[in-house]
Amino acid sequence: MEILKPAVAGTLESSDAQVTVEPGGEGIELSLQSSVMNQYGRQIKQTVLETLARLEVSDAKVTVVDKGALDCTLKARVECAVFRSCGASASGIPWGGAVR
Amino acid sequence: MIPRPKPERFRLRRTMMFMNAQKPGLIKDAYIYGCDSIMLDLEDAVAENQKDAARFSLYHALTTIDYGDTEVIVRINGLDTPHWQEDVRVCVAGGADGIRIAKCESAQDVRTVEKAVEAAEEEFGVEKGRTLLMAALESPKGILNAYEICAASPRMFGVAISGGDFRKCMQTTPQPDGVDLLVARGQMLIAARAAGIQCFDTVFTNLDDQAGFEAEVRQNKAMGFDGKSLINPKQIRYVHQVFAPTQKEIVQAEKIVRAYREQSAAGVGVFTVDGKMIDIAFIPGAERTLRMARACGLYEGDLV
Repeated sequence: MEILKPAVAGTLESSDAQVTVEPGGEGIELSLQSSVMNQYGRQIKQTVLETLARLEVSDAKVTVVDKGALDCTLKARVECAVFRSCGASASGIPWGGAVR
Repeated sequence: MIPRPKPERFRLRRTMMFMNAQKPGLIKDAYIYGCDSIMLDLEDAVAENQKDAARFSLYHALTTIDYGDTEVIVRINGLDTPHWQEDVRVCVAGGADGIRIAKCESAQDVRTVEKAVEAAEEEFGVEKGRTLLMAALESPKGILNAYEICAASPRMFGVAISGGDFRKCMQTTPQPDGVDLLVARGQMLIAARAAGIQCFDTVFTNLDDQAGFEAEVRQNKAMGFDGKSLINPKQIRYVHQVFAPTQKEIVQAEKIVRAYREQSAAGVGVFTVDGKMIDIAFIPGAERTLRMARACGLYEGDLV
């Protein structure tokens, strides 16, 4: 998917993460802040990058502010931000396909 | 993906706790509270501009979190909104046990959702008929059409009243003796029993009024409800306590069932147990008491 416009999903509440995607240059430019960076920073980064890869997002500026979200929440927020940026978040989501 | 066992149409549903599907902090460990069912909400608890985000969150919760024996129902948005069809798709794709139809007013509403569920089961390769349905009656029209709603589909396992909206329509407010909902509750119960499905009462929203809550739960039990919707985990224990059969009831039920089996084998139709007349009409009730006691962990015998 191509990131068409800036979009945000998620909140800054505990157990959540706020993900912002913006159109970017070449590749994925990921900036990550997390309240559990020392323990889980690498895993969070991996989950975010894998989710973007599944959605075939190759070029984007991605900002994640994590408040201790589980992997399933991180995925949900990244996916929602990407679909929002394409104006495609309201219906026809490929549940079980690219979203899984 | 966490595989969930095939939903049972009739199971113990004393407590059904509402949770906002958009709040990861709430839904990630909802199974620890011990309610019989959780109700992940895509409707009123989710702001209009977060409906999409709630679905992503719901999908991953359903497919990742092991809710164990806790039943997982999803309340979808009303049929008068642009959201409900995608809600149905995500519920079925994620393997929710059942869908609660908000603001249900007719059998046609149930069939409309049923059709969408069938299409989604087809689309996502889910066993046909797996996804159960229940209806929330929130308006005078819903209450008047209760029976046709209850009997509208073999997927229907229950019906619930939604007190907030209904009271608004009726221009009343919660009363300590429940007179505001008396007729509606009664009509819904009769309809549910006539259709052979379960019946659940509305939420009690004043968390500071424990005495009022307890009185309402006792009335629910006396009226014949199967369970109650809840908004807070602290309400679970009392409902389970009230809905569990007492030791006396269990002993009595055991005696009745045992005596009935002995007597009917000997060709006797009517007899007495502890001075009370018993015939076949008492047996289903006594057996239900024992099944309920077993489900509550209070009976380990072999009569049911």
